Amino acid sequence: MFDSLSDRLSGVFDKLRGRGALSETEVRAAMREVRVALLEADVALPVAREFVEEVTERAVGEEVVRSVTPGQMVVKIVNDALVELLGSTNAELDLNTSPPAVVMMVGLQGSGKTTTTAKLAKRLKEKDRKKVMMASLDVARPAAQEQLAVLGRQAGVDTLPIVAGQSPTDIAKRALESARLQGYDVLMLDTAGRLHVDQQLMDEMNAIAAASKPAETLLVVDSLTGQDAVNVAKGFGAEVELSGVILTRMDGDARGGAALSMRKVTGKPIKFAGTGEGLDAIEPFHPDRVAGRILGMGDVVSLVEKAAETVKMEDAERLAKKMEKGKFDLDDLALQIKQMQAMGGVGALAKMMPGMKGMKAAGDVDEKALTRLEAMMSSMTPGERAKPKIINAKRKIRIAKGSGTTVQDVNKLLKMHQQMESAMKKLKKMGGFGKLAAMFGGGKGLPGGDGMPDLGGALPGGLPGLGGPGAPGGLPPGFDKFSKK
Amino acid sequence: MSWLDRLTGGFRKTADRIGENISGLTSKTALDTTTLDDIEEALIASDLGPEASKRIRDAIAARRFEQLDERGLRTILAEEIEKILTPVAKPLDIHGFPRPHVILVIGVNGSGKTTTIGKIGHHLMEQDYGVLLAAGDTFRAAAIEQLKIWGERIHAPVIAGKEGGDPASIVFDGVKQATETGIDVLIVDTAGRLQNKQHLMDELSKVRRVLGKLNEAAPHDVILVLDATTGQNALNQIEVFQETAGVTGLVMTKLDGTARGGVLVAAAEKFGLPIHAIGVGEGVDDLRPFDPRAVARAIAGLPPQ
Ligand SMILES: Nc1nc2c(ncn2[C@@H]2O[C@H](COP(=O)(O)OP(=O)(O)OP(=O)(O)O)[C@@H](O)[C@H]2O)c(=O)[nH]1
Ligand SMILES: Nc1nc2c(ncn2[C@@H]2O[C@H](COP(=O)(O)OP(=O)(O)OP(=O)(O)O)[C@@H](O)[C@H]2O)c(=O)[nH]1
Ligand SMILES: [Mg+2]
Ligand SMILES: [Mg+2]
Repeated sequence: MFDSLSDRLSGVFDKLRGRGALSETEVRAAMREVRVALLEADVALPVAREFVEEVTERAVGEEVVRSVTPGQMVVKIVNDALVELLGSTNAELDLNTSPPAVVMMVGLQGSGKTTTTAKLAKRLKEKDRKKVMMASLDVARPAAQEQLAVLGRQAGVDTLPIVAGQSPTDIAKRALESARLQGYDVLMLDTAGRLHVDQQLMDEMNAIAAASKPAETLLVVDSLTGQDAVNVAKGFGAEVELSGVILTRMDGDARGGAALSMRKVTGKPIKFAGTGEGLDAIEPFHPDRVAGRILGMGDVVSLVEKAAETVKMEDAERLAKKMEKGKFDLDDLALQIKQMQAMGGVGALAKMMPGMKGMKAAGDVDEKALTRLEAMMSSMTPGERAKPKIINAKRKIRIAKGSGTTVQDVNKLLKMHQQMESAMKKLKKMGGFGKLAAMFGGGKGLPGGDGMPDLGGALPGGLPGLGGPGAPGGLPPGFDKFSKK
Repeated sequence: MSWLDRLTGGFRKTADRIGENISGLTSKTALDTTTLDDIEEALIASDLGPEASKRIRDAIAARRFEQLDERGLRTILAEEIEKILTPVAKPLDIHGFPRPHVILVIGVNGSGKTTTIGKIGHHLMEQDYGVLLAAGDTFRAAAIEQLKIWGERIHAPVIAGKEGGDPASIVFDGVKQATETGIDVLIVDTAGRLQNKQHLMDELSKVRRVLGKLNEAAPHDVILVLDATTGQNALNQIEVFQETAGVTGLVMTKLDGTARGGVLVAAAEKFGLPIHAIGVGEGVDDLRPFDPRAVARAIAGLPPQ
């Protein structure tokens, strides 16, 4: 199935060899195949439709990286959009409430609630050092309470003693009382499996929620789920205030489109993935891995990434060579700015740099400033760009006129370049080029965050890394001068 | 609401959309692309998968019509689906001789194996067959206890060992006991397993082999239990379980929800395995024979006949 998909895809892409920006025709042609891939991966039809529409809009006009086809570029864009959509929200459990914090597990029959309850309890106990109690409110399924008790023993987590004949809400109240008295931090409530169309059981679920006021209400969903995911998400979402989703059986070989359906329809983060029957088989959800599975085009995605990396590497090597000689001219600065724009401008950049403090301010940097910088540099002669020292007052006036800016702006630009150049020189003295090269070559790592903390002091303006071509690094020094007030 | 109403009701919205698009259509020779697209999408939304949906679309596109209204179109759609499903509708047949007739029940985790065993056992006992259940799931917490409770419910004996024990030895004892006491049917529960776990699949082949040690014809049936909410992975489940455990028939559970189970249509086309029954609830009586017409009409958005 995967093979035929790749074949079909290359069939479409072979015809599209356009360069430059992606045209709408190209995008739509590739999207047809993407849509089939999504449906084969069990993404629910309305979700697939909407997603494809959104990404089409996003993709039209995007630049195609050298040496890949437009179709491949589209796949890469789709992949990135998928990753973003699947994982853009913080996925930690929020148990910040007066103890005991109640976690209620809900879902269809057999989705994996009881097992996941025990896994989470074990994790909270061992990793977060919480005192955890579990209680089964499942009076419907044969031996359900016994099942949780056995799992509790295996996990070393306490379970509420079983009292026969109590209703689920009564058990919930007893559990809460007991957890309070015995000073538990967290109370995990496992509930019976239920269909979203079973109103009686939906009411029961609501009664439990009302009695226990959960801090987290987690919908447990089988990652093998098909088109029905939409109905399940809507059904449960309409009845209780969900706080997140857990996908089980991610250790299977399903393409896992349910993840996208769930994320889209509930609007809630996918917090964990169940990856086996054992009680340690639970992980934080990895959007990138799941996106790769859903799309089934991991090869295409990595191909584009490699191509993009190669292009950047070539530029990086050129830049590195110049810098080896302690040279950093305005052409290099222009290249850097271009790359920043290609990365989606300053705003997008800010989002990508977790290690960078004060980037909220950078988010305010006038996007137009980049364009202005570019305009100024294109108004310079090649000689001026290579040897900025020759730019005298007369030349400054010419450049300002040619680019629709002021002499002040030109001065700022020159100052920025000077700082950059002296940073380079300092770097050279420190013998930092090895690190720098590694940083450029690494491609993936964000240098600002963790790449080279030891260099921070040497660089003006707290330059976090060098904004090198290998990765979207920091803003050039002095850039703050172009910020909005 | 009956499960059949629900099955139909859930589909109605999509079918209504088709309806809107074709009402007003009275005399055309072939269906237009938009209508065909709508049909194809409606089928995908019922889990038939892109491939099978495309085939049915093409089959309908190839037909020529005199007069067609919405109901007519749905009827044609139902006919196409029914054509695919009818050959695979086959109830379980207890024929094993010498006794016992051995039924091995397998599937991925949580699909409804143990519950289905309870229901099938009940159904057979009502027909005066003697039934013994074997607790072959020694792995999952309280799985043995669960089967024992089902045994009590339907008044069938259960043969079980210890949690963590060897499933092969339990099922061997099951055949032995059933043979010695002249029980008609032995139903063997197994632990849920994902088909991509080789060691668990190997364990399953072993269980299957052991069943045949005392009675060469056993197991007479190897039933794969599929969950209706499962999407296209169900096809992969069938393929791999058939390879390693020789699946002879299917049961689909949880059709009382909103899932349409359209993957059965794709499965029928691809594997042609018998579909014995469907599960429509958690109770002992919630097992139904597989009725191809009812399911086909439900997928096409037609009311039950
Ligand atoms: N392979 C795998 N199996 C899992 C996972 N999570 C749960 N299971 C298995 O799925 C089956 C059902 O799990 P349960 O925890 O009993 O499901 P449940 O939602 O509590 O079921 P009900 O209470 O009947 O609604 C068991 O066999 C579990 O071992 C997972 O992440 N991977
Ligand atoms: N609504 C509904 N629920 C069902 C149906 N069949 C089974 N269930 C429920 O699904 C859940 C799992 O059923 P089990 O019979 O324990 O599934 P299993 O395949 O034996 O699970 P493992 O042994 O853990 O792999 C239970 O809560 C059952 O009550 C059905 O047809 N409809
Ligand atoms: Mg449970
Ligand atoms: Mg079972």
